[in-house]
Amino acid sequence: MHKSTITSAIALVISMTAQTGHAQEEINALVWCDHTDPEFVQPFEQANNVKVNLKDYEGTGTALSIIEQSQPGDWDVFVVDGVDVPRVVEAGLLAPLPEDGLPTADLFPEIIMPETHVIDGKTYAITEKFGYNTISYNKNTVDAADMQDISVMWNEKYKGKIALYDYYLPMIGLVAISLGIDTANIQESDLPAIKEKLFAMKAVAKQVGEVVSSQTAIATGEVDILVGGGEWVTAGLTGELPHLDWIIPDQGAVRWSQSVGVFADSKKPDLALKFVQYILSPEGQARLATSSCYWAMPANSKAGDHLNDQQKAALRWDDQKGYLANSQLYPVPSAELDAKMQDIWTEFLQQ
Amino acid sequence: MPSEAARRRKGWAFVVPALLWTLAFFIIPFVVMVMYSLWQRTGTSLVKAWNFDNYASFFEKSHFVAGLINSLEITALVTVISIVLAYPLAWIIAERISPRWQRLALLLAILPFWTSYVVRSYAWLLVLSKNGYLNQTLISLKVIDTPLEIAATRVATVTGFVHFFVMLLTLTIYANLVQLSPNYRRAAADLGANGFQTFWHVILPLTIPGVMVGAFLTFVLCIGDYITPQILGGNNELVLPQIIMLQITRRADFPTAAALSIILMVVISIAYIACARWLKMERT
Repeated sequence: MHKSTITSAIALVISMTAQTGHAQEEINALVWCDHTDPEFVQPFEQANNVKVNLKDYEGTGTALSIIEQSQPGDWDVFVVDGVDVPRVVEAGLLAPLPEDGLPTADLFPEIIMPETHVIDGKTYAITEKFGYNTISYNKNTVDAADMQDISVMWNEKYKGKIALYDYYLPMIGLVAISLGIDTANIQESDLPAIKEKLFAMKAVAKQVGEVVSSQTAIATGEVDILVGGGEWVTAGLTGELPHLDWIIPDQGAVRWSQSVGVFADSKKPDLALKFVQYILSPEGQARLATSSCYWAMPANSKAGDHLNDQQKAALRWDDQKGYLANSQLYPVPSAELDAKMQDIWTEFLQQ
Repeated sequence: MPSEAARRRKGWAFVVPALLWTLAFFIIPFVVMVMYSLWQRTGTSLVKAWNFDNYASFFEKSHFVAGLINSLEITALVTVISIVLAYPLAWIIAERISPRWQRLALLLAILPFWTSYVVRSYAWLLVLSKNGYLNQTLISLKVIDTPLEIAATRVATVTGFVHFFVMLLTLTIYANLVQLSPNYRRAAADLGANGFQTFWHVILPLTIPGVMVGAFLTFVLCIGDYITPQILGGNNELVLPQIIMLQITRRADFPTAAALSIILMVVISIAYIACARWLKMERT
């Protein structure tokens, strides 16, 4: 008995030593919530015997706070708002990516965005997913024709039935579009007019909320219209709630995109790059596009081969050409203009 | 017999861990927060220039001041309503329920503490929303024709808070009530007081410390919370903690967030001083 116990103990030690010899590698990724879906990340982990530790966040400000409180080398992969890439490159956070290792040629041309991803001739990030901040609505309770005009955002007819998405950049972008101002050209002198329209929106709105509360509000019927919503709100719900729909108004909408890069001080840059390559692969893109957190268009046009007809219909795959033509990127304000926009947004919330 | 010096060393040995704990987890973090509040955030960088600009901006920006006013109004409303509801509840548990059932009543009183306040707030949203249980019930009973607009208003925020703090106040008031000697009532009766007079002139004044302890805890926890107003208030008015969170999550502006937090701490300190004086808690 005693001998058998010793034998078992030795076997256990040998087995533990053997496992240590093949210790699983780990990388740490700072991401948006769509990357936390096990259906998306597990195939990469299993194929590469690696553990991807994911920390999700909302808003680049939050990401910068997390990074500031971390040690250099803590993070390997960074998913960030496409328009904020120059900001994080300027802060020295991202490493250049090898262009020959990325499927840039397979991306939808409009969302490659070299003006934000390529700095001093080096590519620091690549678009992985995109969509629109526009108008989501309940087909059963509103007149769909009213949704074609962007002025529905402050239409008294829908007073108390509108939820507003609580993120200042796309919402200011939408108001700018309604005023005929290009989102790329918003000046400080435009802010008073934008503020006036924002306050008009608030006057008819029921609530202002982040992703979850916005989705909850329109899904539960608390509101009939979500300004700032889009396929990321409704596409994943079409099966259960077919009455929810979205539209890009005649005047246009704001286009958002998320990019991915490798941290400059990553201790495992090769593995981090491998993860980026997986994300950009057609299979990874299809899984990311239909992540349980939110659905949106994959950047890689070849992902369509891995999506079924129902998924493509929910994403409006065939309408993208027109949507891309009638949408503008998030505003990219300077630090000073950004601070003023945020002050206006806080004031707007306080109305 | 140990010498005076040995007794002092022993005394210090008991005190030093507490002092170190306070130093590590209160004094040092507080000093760091004060330092941050005197720096500035410019773009993506932290500028370590010492000045009071962040404090000045609080008074210059009306939406910051409005945040503090909203916080104070909501907190005052929640505290008063919670006291009004909690006192009779505590009194019924202490005076009208047999000791055998008191334990169950207290268990029911603390049940809300077992649930995460985020979950509790979302649960209230389901109750108060346009298609929620409250409106459905009132409509089915033909009390109302159209749904009441409660969710995403101050009423919803106050309701969510009151649900939690009534329980807290019930516990502090109950603890005070059960400690009162029955001799107070007997003496009042001997002197000719009826039931109401006994309560008003004897019991109520003696339980004010319990009420004030609960009220102060309610004040501190309520004025510092941003989750409940965020979920139930629908972001239609911001309280100061929400504005503090916006500085961190949207701008990574720790200096402004630190300055606003210190302003909030000053308000809480004033409330504490007011309560401490009123309760005559100073040790002389």
